[in-house]
Amino acid sequence: MKAFDYAAPASLPEAVGLLASQPSARLLAGGTDLLVQLRSGRKEADVVIDVKKIPELNEITFSPETGLTVGAAVPCYRLTAHAAVQTHYPALVEVASWIGGTQIQGRASLGGNLCNSAPSADSIPLLIALGATALVAGPSGRRTIPVEEFCTAPGRNQLAPGELLVSLHIPAPAPHSGASYLRFIPRNEMDIAVVGAGASVTLTDGVITAARIALSSVAPTPLFVPAAGEALLNQAPTPAALEAAAQIAQEAASPISDMRGTAAYRRHLCAVMTRRALELAVARAQENN
Amino acid sequence: MSAKVQVQTTINNEPVEFLCEPRQSLLECLRDVVGLTGTKEGCGDGNCGSCTVKLGDRIVTSCLVLGVEANGESITTVEGLAHGNTLHPLQKAFLEHAALQCGICTPGFLIAADALLQKHPQPTEEQTRFWLANNLCRCTGYDKIIRAVQAAATEITTTKSNGAAQ
Repeated sequence: MKAFDYAAPASLPEAVGLLASQPSARLLAGGTDLLVQLRSGRKEADVVIDVKKIPELNEITFSPETGLTVGAAVPCYRLTAHAAVQTHYPALVEVASWIGGTQIQGRASLGGNLCNSAPSADSIPLLIALGATALVAGPSGRRTIPVEEFCTAPGRNQLAPGELLVSLHIPAPAPHSGASYLRFIPRNEMDIAVVGAGASVTLTDGVITAARIALSSVAPTPLFVPAAGEALLNQAPTPAALEAAAQIAQEAASPISDMRGTAAYRRHLCAVMTRRALELAVARAQENN
Repeated sequence: MSAKVQVQTTINNEPVEFLCEPRQSLLECLRDVVGLTGTKEGCGDGNCGSCTVKLGDRIVTSCLVLGVEANGESITTVEGLAHGNTLHPLQKAFLEHAALQCGICTPGFLIAADALLQKHPQPTEEQTRFWLANNLCRCTGYDKIIRAVQAAATEITTTKSNGAAQ
């Protein structure tokens, strides 16, 4: 690995200042993407800025009124062990326990997963389905970006030079709502999604009053399909209604063929995984009083 | 080359200070700077788990941690498992169940399995297989490793309950 300097700022203003003064700096949270990229030469850095000493990036806070805020550097193993996350966001616990294996989950963060901006990132479709927003800080202050707008191309995102991700905010779950993320992989664990689907559903008197669907590994970025969720509004969650939404998700996808699957196979999986994710989200919404 | 940085850690319950370059991984620091060569390098990109160590309250692949990040942290490596000449129950079980052939993956499996048993003293086979999914072994086919971990779990639990009864 090429030599670099290391800095571990203790506050957000310090980190923003450092980032602004060092154009070739790279931000380090869990390092499970960055250190691989630096070692392979795919990325370079003169300075690596470790953001884990910044309190705001390391906190998990939940309130039933405002929802969940997860610092950008919180590792998956802390998220999956958090009592309120287990109670209110079971799908988030699942996804955080599917990213890599036990050792990777000891380091990897949702914030890092988002900033790495891979089309196959497992946590992003669920964050989109849950209506999450990203809080970003930079030289000109703070701004909030809906997660579905964050990624712009494989490995690229809306972060401007000098900006860093502070935290992710997920609204409090509505009564009778449920969410899920399912991925298709040929093994049981430690794999990259051939196709993944995230879904959230809110029921009011047995009728769907809100639904959001997003996919991974089927487009240059994680793909939000608003039309698929809108097609479910004011409908009972019947097999036919879920299948119709799954077909809309399938039509929105533009997958490529690669070592993990052909485009045709992925298109087929889009409908299958969306339908299954919706079924699970509906079942959770029906249980969630 | 960047200036070397002083890192203060606790390794296997002993205070250890070392100097390293920021680019050096914790794995390199353990092996080449501190001289603890029990931890092995396999893939170097976090997939194989052979460099697994305990860092604070969780396990990590030490190839994907910078040495400088370990400042102020407590680390357990495979050298920290045995008590003097008495092997850890996991080490004994690995020998008894022939859970290794070439042995390169073994230190990583032992550290990962130790963390599993601290969290789930009597893990199911499924829990064990998922927990150890980040550790690859190209010799044994895994079954012997899983059986060794389960035997060690039983041994540790039995010893503890006997100890409590006395």
